[in-house]
Amino acid sequence: MSVFEGFRFRHVSSPIHRLDPRVKFLFVLVMFVAAVMFYELLPLLVLFFLPVPFVLIAGVHRQWLRSLRGAVFLATFLFVFNLVFGYLSPSTIPYGMSPPEYASAMLLRFLVLVESFSVFFLTTSPDHLSLALEQSHVPFDITFAFTTAVRFVPVLAEEAQTIMDAQKARGLELERGNFMKRVRNYIPILIPLIVSAIRRSLELAEAMESRAWGAAKKRTNLYVLKMGRGDLALIIISIILLATAIYVRNFVGPLPSISMLLPK
Amino acid sequence: MIEVKSVYFMYPTGVEALKGVSLSIRNGEFVAVMGQNGAGKTTLVKQFNGLLKPTKGDVLIDGVNTRDISVARLSRKVGFVFQNPDHQLFSETVEEEVAFALRNFGFKEDTVERRITWALNLLGLTEYRKTSPFMLSGGERKRVALASVLAWNPKVVILDEPTIGQDHQQKETLRQFIVQLNAQGKTVVIVTHDVEFVAECNPRVVLMAQGQIVADGEAKRILTNQDIALKASIVPPQITQIFQGLADLGLPTDVIDVSEARNILIEYFEGERSKS
Amino acid sequence: MPIIETEGLTYTYPGGTKPSITDVSLSIEKGEFVILTGPSGCGKTTLCRCFNGLIPHFYAGQLQGELSVTGLRVSEHPIYEMAQRVGLVFQNPENQLFALSVEKDVAFGLENLGVPRDEIRKRVDWALQMTGIEELRERAPHELSGGQQQRVAIACVLAMQPDIMVFDEPTSFLDPLGAKRIFEVISELNEKLGITVILVEHRLDLASKYADHVVIMDNGKIVLNGKPREVFNSEAARLIGVGIPKATRLWQMLQENGVKLDGVPTSSDEATQLLREVLKT
Repeated sequence: MSVFEGFRFRHVSSPIHRLDPRVKFLFVLVMFVAAVMFYELLPLLVLFFLPVPFVLIAGVHRQWLRSLRGAVFLATFLFVFNLVFGYLSPSTIPYGMSPPEYASAMLLRFLVLVESFSVFFLTTSPDHLSLALEQSHVPFDITFAFTTAVRFVPVLAEEAQTIMDAQKARGLELERGNFMKRVRNYIPILIPLIVSAIRRSLELAEAMESRAWGAAKKRTNLYVLKMGRGDLALIIISIILLATAIYVRNFVGPLPSISMLLPK
Repeated sequence: MIEVKSVYFMYPTGVEALKGVSLSIRNGEFVAVMGQNGAGKTTLVKQFNGLLKPTKGDVLIDGVNTRDISVARLSRKVGFVFQNPDHQLFSETVEEEVAFALRNFGFKEDTVERRITWALNLLGLTEYRKTSPFMLSGGERKRVALASVLAWNPKVVILDEPTIGQDHQQKETLRQFIVQLNAQGKTVVIVTHDVEFVAECNPRVVLMAQGQIVADGEAKRILTNQDIALKASIVPPQITQIFQGLADLGLPTDVIDVSEARNILIEYFEGERSKS
Repeated sequence: MPIIETEGLTYTYPGGTKPSITDVSLSIEKGEFVILTGPSGCGKTTLCRCFNGLIPHFYAGQLQGELSVTGLRVSEHPIYEMAQRVGLVFQNPENQLFALSVEKDVAFGLENLGVPRDEIRKRVDWALQMTGIEELRERAPHELSGGQQQRVAIACVLAMQPDIMVFDEPTSFLDPLGAKRIFEVISELNEKLGITVILVEHRLDLASKYADHVVIMDNGKIVLNGKPREVFNSEAARLIGVGIPKATRLWQMLQENGVKLDGVPTSSDEATQLLREVLKT
């Protein structure tokens, strides 16, 4: 669960939290594109540390680090894989990098991705997000499904716990037995959970209908997302970032890499 | 039988649900744990079958500390009927449902057969033996859940809010059933906020408020005490309210039962009539 | 003209072998506070679903007979149209709240109706105030207690300003104190705003003092329909096994023993008063 901890929203407010999710997403996208443009260490390191000021301003450093820690497992796997792959077919590695260098670059790229998305989700509340989706003309059905799902996650988690307790009280031992037995032991947990989810959906549907679902073709909204100066600033930063990346990629080189640090 | 010794319990979220609770329940007692929602009632009874273990203090079942034994083994002695039967039902037939716990506890197949027949008969569910539990009505599903617990014949039966969503007749039937269970020697613990229901059974009441026990004694005495009722934010039975309104006329105030109320009033009237 | 009028209403759920309600004929006047009760499975929930059009539009199945609500024939109007006149509050508080904040939930119905933003704002504020939950405005539904959630659900329906509000066992999951608070809110809506209330309840001890009209159903049919005192005191009510208020039961027992009280009490206050009068003489 710890990798998800890094993505969970916290009831905190900061200038970053208040930014328009669409603008934040644009920034994340630019980070992604820039990361994909480079194999070299230096630009990737720059990109890696770029979100840090945002993380500090938003006050989400602890959760952010936790998400990175959670990504370590997958990252290590990726590193080893690329390392082995690099040694097996060195001709596929661009710019004549050594396999360790190549693997490190891929690792950094992956981490840049994880950290930017983490900052995005840590500083955007689910209803802020759904509002952004609505205003981006995503069909309301989809947005509503998303918000409702988020809303019910803690409810379902609690229910799963209750069901586990109820079955434990009937002698079900979840920790014992071989793999197959353990999988089968989860049936008395899953079935009530699924049945309950179905019943719940029916009740929700009744409530939705009773509150005039589908009445107007054009839904109005209690809230509206307005872009402020902070958003404008972030848009400008994103544009500058993208432009810089393109410039460096095409006109600056060769860029420092690990091989320069190693003895020849 | 059940010993609770200065138990404190804190949920992982940081909420302290039990703040120094001590309690003793003997074999064969009939206890109603009462209080507002959030007072700690369910948290307390979940300590009895080990689902929750105290953060501080001890809970002993027949002398064994709940920390030293698994929930499954404790449940063999302490049966827990959950509030919502749909949190337990998953089998294809009622028969399979009742067999589930019996098999988990290692009963031999022929014993399982016998116990199922007995339990279904007891709860009037014999005709539904091969029916899918999902096809039954709400009240019938509650009975299946109850049958599946009674089948393994635990010494203690805990019922968590058994009266929720039940109509008057169903509550009556349940009440008679519980009284009978207790008369047969089972220790019965019910968690409930239904004051009228308790008034009709007159069990021992353990009244909780904000994680502590604020009163422990006969239902009659506790439910009619205005100070206690205020502390625990409970609404006294209607009969009690009527008599509390007539206290200045010299009538007793510790009345919870309708029949008793009638008798007292008739006596009073006869008395008045003979005076005049 | 009655605000709700049904004539010979009969409904069978799809795949059902027998009707859930049979030949239901009922008249409810504007501003009434009606209690609808009866044993489990008697059809009260089914009848509620007919009032706002869930039956027959959401549930399909076979609906026969006449039903008009606020002058509209329900079978001819879509649910979203009926929803503006008849609000329905359900039993389980948790499954009526979808949004991530109370405010947004209360606004939900109005957003669906395409109401302009400032009007939504005004109505949300008003609904929160009427149900006494202004301080819960920004909270997430999962953080609230059952009683608070139910008040939010009431506010959600109230915001659409319906003429009629139907409550299907709204206090099932609440403790007696929580139930009392809900009944008080409902009663205020009935008295202050003139909203016609239909309350389906088993807890007659707590609820009957607010009602001016009681309907008892059994096996899909209406068995009793009239003033609370008459209905609760009747032999039929006792036979069906409805949990009449203890005050009424006491009165009945005293009657059997030759003690005569003036009126028929349905609440503890009434009983106390009546007894006082007789005991003092």
